[in-house]
Amino acid sequence: MSFLPLHFTVSGYDFTCAGEASSKVKNKLKQLGYDSEAIRRAAIAMYEGEINMVIHGGGGEIFVEVYPDHIDIKMADKGPGIENIEQAMQEGYSTAPANVRALGFGAGMGLPNIKKYTDSLRIESEIGKGTTIYMTVQVNHS
Amino acid sequence: MTVRQLKEQLELTVLVEQNIDKEITGCYIGDLLSWVMSRVQTGNVWLTVMGNVNAIAVAALSDAACIILTDSAVLDEDAKEKAQEQGVTVFSSNANSYQVAVQLSRLLSE
Ligand SMILES: Nc1ncnc2c1ncn2[C@@H]1O[C@H](COP(=O)(O)OP(=O)(O)OP(=O)(O)O)[C@@H](O)[C@H]1O
Ligand SMILES: [Mg+2]
Repeated sequence: MSFLPLHFTVSGYDFTCAGEASSKVKNKLKQLGYDSEAIRRAAIAMYEGEINMVIHGGGGEIFVEVYPDHIDIKMADKGPGIENIEQAMQEGYSTAPANVRALGFGAGMGLPNIKKYTDSLRIESEIGKGTTIYMTVQVNHS
Repeated sequence: MTVRQLKEQLELTVLVEQNIDKEITGCYIGDLLSWVMSRVQTGNVWLTVMGNVNAIAVAALSDAACIILTDSAVLDEDAKEKAQEQGVTVFSSNANSYQVAVQLSRLLSE
């Protein structure tokens, strides 16, 4: 099946740029006429991943593949990794530092949101090597 | 009710005006950004004290109708630019979130 590939580099610790990749993908999907609810889900999930890459992962790369009936998003960083993924997935669990909390992050809701807004989510992480998140958003055509 | 009508009927200071013909579907109040992304719905008026670039990104990505910064919370200069760029309307009010929400609720049920 043919798809549109998009690639982004996310710099670490730069909160002002975080969200640019998600917003570009959102605009692209709008242009392509995708269902607005699917766009919204993909955009929020991707933004949560982007922010996590900036705050916890020290930046990384995002690969998006846009298919007619679904959107695949892969987000890879070479940060510290996640020791206990099950714990990280719990609502309210956060190791975000105080400076980041002051900006409104650190509710421990990012990963649960990604799960909520995507149709599949897989996290691969190795301590000291990094974290890669794979997510898929299905698009319903009416 | 649209954002334009909201602007006409509530005492709000306009900080950034963009796409004000958006239809308002309801309201959400919160300052923790991931919490907001979990709960806010398309077309909601979002009441918050977070006037930073990240709040603008959240409003844009989650299709909120507009932001009202309550308790006269400040909109950062870079956030103002981002709001213009992303098409997000931002108001400010010296009332608190509860007071604004009560007024909004009256308007929405008229
Ligand atoms: N890419 C990552 N690299 C390393 N650790 C991560 C990464 N993503 C998440 N984590 C860990 O998982 C925890 C939970 O992440 P989650 O996104 O749910 O919450 P948060 O980022 O702390 O706060 P919020 O997303 O609500 O602003 C983080 O606090 C962090 O410890
Ligand atoms: Mg997070």
